[in-house]
Amino acid sequence: MAKDIVLAQVEGQPDLDALIVTEDGAAIGVTEGGEAVVLVDDHAEAPGMPQLNFETFPNQIFWLVVTLAAIYYLLSRVALPRIGAVLAERQGTITNDIAAAEDLRQKADEAEKAYDKALADARAESQRIAAEGRAEVQRDLDKAIAKADADIAARTAESEKEIAAIRDEAAASVEQVAREAAEEIVRVLGGNPEDADLESAVSERMRGVRV
Amino acid sequence: MEGDIANMGQFIGAGLAAIGSGAAAIGVGHVAGNFLSGALRNPSAAAAQTATLFIGIAFAEALGIFSFLVALLLMFAV
Amino acid sequence: MAVDTAVDHGAEAAGPGSNIHPMDQFIVTPLFGEGEVAWYTLTNVTLWMAITVLCIFALLVLGTRGRAIVPTRTQSVAELAYGFVYKMVEDVTGREGLKYFPYIMTLFMFIVFANFLGLLPMAFTTTSHIAVTAVLALAVFITVTVIGFVKNGSAFLGLFWVSSAPLALRPVLAIIELISYFVRPVSHSIRLAGNLMAGHAVIKVFAGFAISAVIAPLSILAITAVYGLEVLVAFIQAYVFTILTCVYLKDALHPHH
Repeated sequence: MAKDIVLAQVEGQPDLDALIVTEDGAAIGVTEGGEAVVLVDDHAEAPGMPQLNFETFPNQIFWLVVTLAAIYYLLSRVALPRIGAVLAERQGTITNDIAAAEDLRQKADEAEKAYDKALADARAESQRIAAEGRAEVQRDLDKAIAKADADIAARTAESEKEIAAIRDEAAASVEQVAREAAEEIVRVLGGNPEDADLESAVSERMRGVRV
Repeated sequence: MEGDIANMGQFIGAGLAAIGSGAAAIGVGHVAGNFLSGALRNPSAAAAQTATLFIGIAFAEALGIFSFLVALLLMFAV
Repeated sequence: MAVDTAVDHGAEAAGPGSNIHPMDQFIVTPLFGEGEVAWYTLTNVTLWMAITVLCIFALLVLGTRGRAIVPTRTQSVAELAYGFVYKMVEDVTGREGLKYFPYIMTLFMFIVFANFLGLLPMAFTTTSHIAVTAVLALAVFITVTVIGFVKNGSAFLGLFWVSSAPLALRPVLAIIELISYFVRPVSHSIRLAGNLMAGHAVIKVFAGFAISAVIAPLSILAITAVYGLEVLVAFIQAYVFTILTCVYLKDALHPHH
């Protein structure tokens, strides 16, 4: 392709005397005046795609390897451990802060619990005192009631004793009267009042009357 | 340069090779469109699949780049 | 004796009457003087790779020198990049892949910075060269293959033997898998270089159209739009290269389908 261009260009420049194609691909035309004109210089200009100019490959590969080695060194020795440490430290700080917050929350919980406990204790104490007071009052009351009961019982017993005495006396009187009346009746009827039967009959009858 | 059959062939070939870029565009569109329709159906699973999306797009696009490269080679390197 | 360059080879190759040189931006030239590009020559490749290293140094080393618990703006960007790649490696390859995290981080940082620096006007895009991306992709390919055989021994070949397929199909699938395995570095490298080359060449072509005053406003609009797309592509291609590296690494660590 380069040759075609050279020829086309030479046709376009009819005042050339001679055409020299050098070994490294440069074409030099010589004009009538003896001046040299560079027509094609493959030497300075890469042909076609620069990406396919294999002459520059060793250079690019060499510098790429140097670059990658430098970046790898920078990253693995300095940057990555540092960033990793910073991130870990931040994570640690956050964890610590969360732990501290948790701790404080726990303390607050404990304080609340202690307050609740104190409150409950006080309430229990007050209840205990109230119960004690009530129990004392109850005891006094019980004692008074018992005493009153005992008085009442004693008095009742006394009264019953008197009533019993009166009743016995009355019963005895009734028996006496009954016997005397019976003797009198027997005498009036013409019987013998000293008869033992009379005595037992009166007693027999009186038993049913006696309460 | 005028009337150079070989050059004409090069340029026509390069133009034909460039059609491949358009075909790759269709392929990339398919990948992205299908991803989008899938993502709209199930948005919660979409975020986890973006890496797969880019890999798919890259594979589809690479072939278009190959045809572009053929066009460039015909233009400049042959 | 007056010597002057009369013919520009590139202009001729791009067609008659055209003075658009979309590929000239990729030419590797020595920084000082003219002459051969030997392997040790300081070239624009050297310059832009050095700038890439400096940018990475500035972001990841200088930016984090405060080691602050509450990060500064630069440090949080550095942490974002770290977390992004770390999570990607962890998600795709699992915990045993984290051993290779510095290596993958190196690849990602280099590609992403080279891509973005290449978007600066007058800049040279190192990652648009097949030589560069091929080395990156081959390094990944060789590393991953070696890791696969070291970790799994001959069980690594199970990657090509799809045990879930019917027995009759397996040899055919094995051949397809084998071919696709060896095509990996090709597509891996050409995807990156091709995307960047294409974007930059398109911008240059539109810039060439701006010679005509009538088309110039349209051309500037188009350049703006394509530039926006290229910013996206610069990041996405770095992401894709990195995540594919992770996927290949996962295949090496767990070769069973």
